[in-house]
Amino acid sequence: MDPEERLCADTWTKSSSGCESLNTPPNIRIFTDFNSQQQKWANSSFLVQQHFPDFNQPFGAQNTLSCNVNTQKQMSDPQDKPTCDAHESSNTQDWDPRAMLNNLSFLETKIHQLQDLVHLIVERRGQVTGRADQVLVLQQQLITADLTSIIVQLISTAGSLLPSVTQTLCSGSSISQLGQFAGVTNQSAGVLDNVPPHNNNVNKVEDNSDLTGYFGAEQNCPIEDHEMKSDDDADEGENLPPGSYEILQLEKEEILAPHTHFCTICGKGFKRDANLRMHMRGHGDEYKTPAALAKPNKESSSELILIKRYSCPYVGCKRNKDHKKFQPLKTILCVKNHYKRTHCDKTYTCSRCNTKKFSVIADLKTHEKHCGRDKWLCSCGTTFSRKDKLFGHIALFQGHTPAIPIEESKGSAGPSDRGQCSEATNKVEQLEFNYKLDAPSRSACQNVMDVEGAGEDPTSYFSPLGFDTSSMSGFHEFPRPPFEDSENSFSFLLSGACYPPKNGRYTGSNDLE
Amino acid sequence: MQKNQALMTVTPFDSLAEEIVFQILDLLEPGPQDKKSFSVVCKSCHSIEARHRKTLKPLHADFIPGPVQRYTRVHHVDFTNCPRIDDKILTTVANAYSETLRSVDLSKSRFFTQVGLLSLAAKCAGLVELNLSNATELKDTGAAAIAEAKNLEKLWMSRCKLVSDIGIGCIAVGCKKLKLICLRWCVRVTDLGVGLIANKCRELRSLDLSYLPITDDCLSTILQLQNLKELALVGCHGIDDESLTNLKQGCKSLEVLDISNCDNITYNGLGSLTNSSGSLRQLNLAYCFSVTFDLEKCFYKLSALQFVKLDGCRVSCAAMKAIADCCESLKELSLCKCNGVTDEGLSYIAQKQRQLRKLDMTCCQEITDAAIASITTSCNYITSFRMEACVMVQNEGFVLIGQHCQSLEDIDITENVINDEGLEAISRCSKLLSLKMGLSMYGTDHGLSHVGRRCQNLVELDLYRCMWITDVGIAAIANGCPLLERINMAYCDKITDSSLTSLAKCLQLEALEIRGCPSVSSVGLSAIAMGCKHLTILDIKKCDINDAGLIHLAQYSQYLKQINISYCPVTDDGLKALASISCLQNLTILHVIRLTPDGLIAALLACQGLMKLKLHTHYKSLIPEAILGAIEERGCAIHWRNKPYWVNTIPFHL
Repeated sequence: MDPEERLCADTWTKSSSGCESLNTPPNIRIFTDFNSQQQKWANSSFLVQQHFPDFNQPFGAQNTLSCNVNTQKQMSDPQDKPTCDAHESSNTQDWDPRAMLNNLSFLETKIHQLQDLVHLIVERRGQVTGRADQVLVLQQQLITADLTSIIVQLISTAGSLLPSVTQTLCSGSSISQLGQFAGVTNQSAGVLDNVPPHNNNVNKVEDNSDLTGYFGAEQNCPIEDHEMKSDDDADEGENLPPGSYEILQLEKEEILAPHTHFCTICGKGFKRDANLRMHMRGHGDEYKTPAALAKPNKESSSELILIKRYSCPYVGCKRNKDHKKFQPLKTILCVKNHYKRTHCDKTYTCSRCNTKKFSVIADLKTHEKHCGRDKWLCSCGTTFSRKDKLFGHIALFQGHTPAIPIEESKGSAGPSDRGQCSEATNKVEQLEFNYKLDAPSRSACQNVMDVEGAGEDPTSYFSPLGFDTSSMSGFHEFPRPPFEDSENSFSFLLSGACYPPKNGRYTGSNDLE
Repeated sequence: MQKNQALMTVTPFDSLAEEIVFQILDLLEPGPQDKKSFSVVCKSCHSIEARHRKTLKPLHADFIPGPVQRYTRVHHVDFTNCPRIDDKILTTVANAYSETLRSVDLSKSRFFTQVGLLSLAAKCAGLVELNLSNATELKDTGAAAIAEAKNLEKLWMSRCKLVSDIGIGCIAVGCKKLKLICLRWCVRVTDLGVGLIANKCRELRSLDLSYLPITDDCLSTILQLQNLKELALVGCHGIDDESLTNLKQGCKSLEVLDISNCDNITYNGLGSLTNSSGSLRQLNLAYCFSVTFDLEKCFYKLSALQFVKLDGCRVSCAAMKAIADCCESLKELSLCKCNGVTDEGLSYIAQKQRQLRKLDMTCCQEITDAAIASITTSCNYITSFRMEACVMVQNEGFVLIGQHCQSLEDIDITENVINDEGLEAISRCSKLLSLKMGLSMYGTDHGLSHVGRRCQNLVELDLYRCMWITDVGIAAIANGCPLLERINMAYCDKITDSSLTSLAKCLQLEALEIRGCPSVSSVGLSAIAMGCKHLTILDIKKCDINDAGLIHLAQYSQYLKQINISYCPVTDDGLKALASISCLQNLTILHVIRLTPDGLIAALLACQGLMKLKLHTHYKSLIPEAILGAIEERGCAIHWRNKPYWVNTIPFHL
């Protein structure tokens, strides 16, 4: 069965099951899906209009399918859905006056949507007081994103008049897109390495809107993301002359606040902008537009704005702007991780070794992946993955001795201990997952639930990877936290969708151990 | 007699200061008998002896609590007679002697764990020496326990096969004062552990790393040890020329180097060794086959060498000349099983090295009387001659030995062609302590009687398969050599009970081997048992000795440790009597046909101190598993043998 078809069936069953309240996010999704399906069945040529914006999407879908089935779920997003269909029809497309008409009407609706949005912004401007700056930036980004997408649409519509141009555009774009997808696959494979895949996906959404001249920026995106994920000390080498950047300093409370994005209507807090945007859909139809749901485009604005660097609020810290050898932090994420690591208690204890403590939960997760593998232990508690490193350490320090591994000192009780140990870890992970579940928007959570328990279709879908979707136990062994280090993305949605197969892999490895 | 003397002088003894009595006790024979006699004289003697005793060597672990209460100032505890030492015993000892204990020997014991070792190491702060050899079940946790003995200076851990780098690392960090450590056969210890030992224990003087899987990685650290004097690298196949090149960078203090059985060392590596290490006194190159080419180059700068061992190597004439020329005063030279040893080379060495004390020429078959002549004329101080299977040496050689080697103490002429004339000549070496002449074909009792008449100090005599020997010869030996401790008359089938009766005069006799002497009966053995109270090792395999002999043995030879009664016509009663010997550790019973399984079980259960038992395989099914388990639980190792019954040599019919 073709994946796309399957997904269609999936969405169909869902739309038939729960269409009652249009306000709940799942239903919205289904509704939009439904629309796209209809478009597909009714008029295949209609889809030509969406061909360019969504061209990359099928590749993305297939790519992610091959490596990570659950990114599938992203395809059920309103924007993604039609793209598959567009791909299918793209091969046979030719210039058609009706298609042109469709394109133009699409442009019209887009412009209307944008108008609505600007209206809304004008209305809101009076109400919002607290976080005016951020909201403003957000809105600006939304608008620029929409505008670019409209312009691209316009150009492409005009371009479709000339078949030769279409051809080149098509081939050119597809090639470059392919290149990009290779990157995407890498990224999604790299999920284990703490690189959240959602950023790429978000980029993809953006790609839909602007095709021309976007590739340059597109290339940069993942790279920047990498830097963002790296340790806050990684920017050590950066030598910006003082004054060439703007120094921002967040307050301690701000850094430690669990949520950074707040709904301007109800005040609910979110860790990620993407979750906020998902949440916003519940507040009215104006938030359901692709533009409102798109990731705020920072590329366009970043060139204009002065480079931002951050200072740690802790006085005396090297990262504090008053320090003699001040070294600024690159991003807010860096600030958060730095502050937690350096100036906060280490509250997360490794459940396997019970010695290592961390203040950033991601560090704990990274450690737990390797904990137990570092079997060479010193009396000081330091562990080493290699015996010669341990002996070098002992040779260097007075009074340190090699510690005897627990299995040996306890004899045959070792293996069972280890088993219990990993069970305990799983439990902790499960708890953490629950905690994470509560934090993001409930609707997103429900989305995941829907996919998990929707019926026989999704089950059969996931079963090839050995993930038992019918039981929720799969969630218990959540291998890592949802990406708390990302700011504005569909991370939860994606993470929720991404985890099960990885999860399956993890349970497998657990069994092996 | 001693008792009476002590009784008479009981009052003066009381008036003597304790220190003086201690000094008197110090001058007594090293054996336990005299002190035991002293201690049973009276209460005060008993208590003085108890306070004087420094060494405790218990026969059975079960006896431990008693002596521990009696002897309060023990410095050295030797558990070599106790195959089973559990943690409880070690804890008892550690508690009792926490102040005084300096050395513990556990090399023959098993069943102790890190718990006992920990109490020993933690409580006895003065513990300086610890022998844990053969603790094959000791793990890293045990080694970590040893590391608590902070003042440990000497540690033997041969064959601690389960101890790894981690355990050795603990010891290295804990026992900083180590001066000697023996890690022979600790096969799980690698470069890392050894390197750490060398890094942390800077006072090391002696290091035995034989048969370890080490490479040159750890050698550089070892050679930085300022005080290292002895280094043994036997069978370290990971060490090659390159590592020996490192050797030259340091360790000027090295005096003893043993690299025997190292396959990968050629003269290049050894040559680089000769560049420094000027103080090297002992060099063991046995079975280093690669080194044999250009061997002579190795010796040029090693002028201080006194002891050279080249066993198994191919030694050229040039090499022998190099040894002769380079060494200032060679004392010992071993050329055992060397190829290419010629009269010329040996003569050259002998002429240059007149201080030579010991010479081993075993299996150097090209040696003739000429070499012997130059050695005997040049090296007047020679004490040890080992020339087993030097078949070319004739009577003239032995005559020369007898004429010139007046200091000779030890001669091995096994499998040599020697007749009465040669024996007569050798008997002129009046200081002879050990004479090994097994497999000699041409002698007679007459020649042997010369030995008996002149070699009054003889301690060891090996007459293995000297078939010509009769009771006359043995009687001459027994009359002339009162200090005889060890005699081997195996397969000398002409000897009878009268030989043993005469040997009973040798009061010091400890080891008697008369296997395959079918004319020997219980009468002779009874005489030996009654006369030789110190008998510890006895081999009466294939002798016509029955229960009566064993009963007498059990009655008189209370120090018997080892006995082989295979093929003897003994029954359950004899074996049960034997089992009453409390010292018995080593028992071999093969093809003792009259023995019933029940009798065997009873005897084995009675033998509390048994350490090694050889039994025929067919008993395996006849003895219940539980009994075998209980015997092994006591620390006894059972070796099952399945040799066929050898009918021909049995002269009697059952």
